[in-house]
Amino acid sequence: MSITYLEAVRSAQKRALELDSRVFIYGQDVGVFGGAFKATKNLAAEFPGRVIDAPLSEDAIVGMAIGAAIEGARPIVEMQFADFSTVGLNQIVNQAATLYYRTGVPCPIVVRLPSGGTIGGGPFHSQSLEAIYSHYPGIVVMTPATVEDAYSMLLEAVALDDPVVFCEHKLLYYHLKAEKLPDVAMPVGKARIARAGRDATVVTYSAMLHEALQAAEDLVEEGWRIEVIDLRTVKPLDTDTVLASVARTGRLLVVGEAWPWGGVTAEVIARVTSEGFGLLDAAPMRLNAKDSPIPYHPDLWAAYRPTAESIAARLRQLLTQ
Amino acid sequence: MASATKDETQANDGLAQEQPLPVRAYRIMLRARVIEDKLASLYRAGMIKGGVFLGRGQEALSTASTIFLRKGDIYGPCIRDQAGRMAFGDTMLDTLRTYFGSAQGPMRGRDGNIHRGVPKEGSYAMISHLGSMIAVVGGGLYARRLRGETGAVGITSIGDGGTSTGAFHEGVNFLAVEKLPVVIVVANNQYAYSTPNSRQFACADLLDRATGYGIAGHRADGTDIFSCLEVLERAVQAAREGGGPQMVLASLLRLVGHGEHDDASYVDPTLRKAPVGRDCIEVGAQQLTEGGFATADDIAAWTAEAQSEVEAALSIAQREKGPDPLHEGWQAISTSRLMDGYYNGGDE
Repeated sequence: MSITYLEAVRSAQKRALELDSRVFIYGQDVGVFGGAFKATKNLAAEFPGRVIDAPLSEDAIVGMAIGAAIEGARPIVEMQFADFSTVGLNQIVNQAATLYYRTGVPCPIVVRLPSGGTIGGGPFHSQSLEAIYSHYPGIVVMTPATVEDAYSMLLEAVALDDPVVFCEHKLLYYHLKAEKLPDVAMPVGKARIARAGRDATVVTYSAMLHEALQAAEDLVEEGWRIEVIDLRTVKPLDTDTVLASVARTGRLLVVGEAWPWGGVTAEVIARVTSEGFGLLDAAPMRLNAKDSPIPYHPDLWAAYRPTAESIAARLRQLLTQ
Repeated sequence: MASATKDETQANDGLAQEQPLPVRAYRIMLRARVIEDKLASLYRAGMIKGGVFLGRGQEALSTASTIFLRKGDIYGPCIRDQAGRMAFGDTMLDTLRTYFGSAQGPMRGRDGNIHRGVPKEGSYAMISHLGSMIAVVGGGLYARRLRGETGAVGITSIGDGGTSTGAFHEGVNFLAVEKLPVVIVVANNQYAYSTPNSRQFACADLLDRATGYGIAGHRADGTDIFSCLEVLERAVQAAREGGGPQMVLASLLRLVGHGEHDDASYVDPTLRKAPVGRDCIEVGAQQLTEGGFATADDIAAWTAEAQSEVEAALSIAQREKGPDPLHEGWQAISTSRLMDGYYNGGDE
């Protein structure tokens, strides 16, 4: 038996609904239809009245969840695509993210963002918005890269008292599989060494983890041992694990699928150069999508975002500096 | 006219519950006017940092909005609702504490002026983005419904300008779809900051929007406390009894600037002389005396009482310390272990 990343997301929501009567799911088409990606398939029937179709109103959907959270509920909001969360941005970043600091009342909402590019997705069904949400104080931003993390981190997101933006990657939904769901998990907020190495460190997260792991594998026959770190959550950012790895390897490449200006890769490099400049044997590098809207055509898209090939090419530059 | 009923469960506005409803309402209006006059003078004296936003001219509608609420109901006010906040239990002391940034106020100096609330008591702390409290109030009531609790209502208030936001449309439509017991109180005070109705909306009547959303609409004279009480009592009762969302539209004139920094020189002088420009405090005084509810001496005594109350609260709030920056935790989330302490010096 194997379970996909998408099934892990669904299973985590089912488990959360079973564990805690305060949990409910709110979003467009999440009810009987089971969601655009079927992440809530059958849940409306299994949990009557707790998996609820919303009008096409992202602002009101998030606002509703915030009010429910104030009154003690544990809402999970499904955005149909991460891209549409910008219509609800105000409620997430100004209402949910400020509530605890302003009033002392926590805001336990989870906003699930089906994120990232897929073939043919185009400009408005492909975005990776973790940097925007991380920019605002008051939000935990999770970016699971594995089936196990998709399950355990979503469960922990629901259990947390604070707003969580949960960036699940659509490209992983169907392709990524695991044998079983985990019983125990690494704590949220800690990065994971996904592959140990000695010559350079690649720091990445979400779907780019798998491109980076492939690049590391491809460089083995050239004699390089690449360490790959999966951040798991981008906020908080586990700076200690990154610095410890750079201390071992002396070289750093940070890879993200999101746009390059600012963002997670820039943040990692800023922290490492500030705190670990002396650990570096070469100038740190980063690799992101291009600074343009996300293209539709598969050939453009393949050239637009980092891939195992482009990561390996950038690593060769880094390793020979 | 609204009936004066004694109800132990009504929100504590600090006034004796057995007084006739119009008297109770008028005294709340007076207290709001008195403390806002004090806030204006404190602002002019440079004693309040940041903005001061007053509800002068809107006290009748604001008071009537919440005077029928009970403990357990939810209130999402806007910036012109000093009176409504007081009718829902907000105190003069917490008002002044928030303006002065007292560490003992509900916002502890982290937010100020009219941005205050105690969410656990049903008083939600508004953000500045207009329309966005509507869905939040609805969500609070949705959670109650999920728990099987019924009977609570929500009130959310907004102005003519706020009705132009996307959040207003999304929020009201959501309330209508879910048939939530929320009263949306729209104060058409003729101007959104400096923008007149003619540049704000093109429909003949804002109340037509209620029809568009498929919810009940009610009209009140915002300068007349008796009209406001009668209409709001009906709307709140309809919401409480399962009638779904109710929209109340009241016309009035904002008798101050957008904030105290604004002299409102753009206001059309003919509006000030028109019925819509009447001051609800003056109108109410005449109605109470002519209706035999009070004498001019009573009203003078109530005003003096409110002034003493303000001075007493002021003497406390002014002495209280603000937050200590050296001991501020800068903690934006409640889960300490998940704070990204890199910038704020927390444990990472």
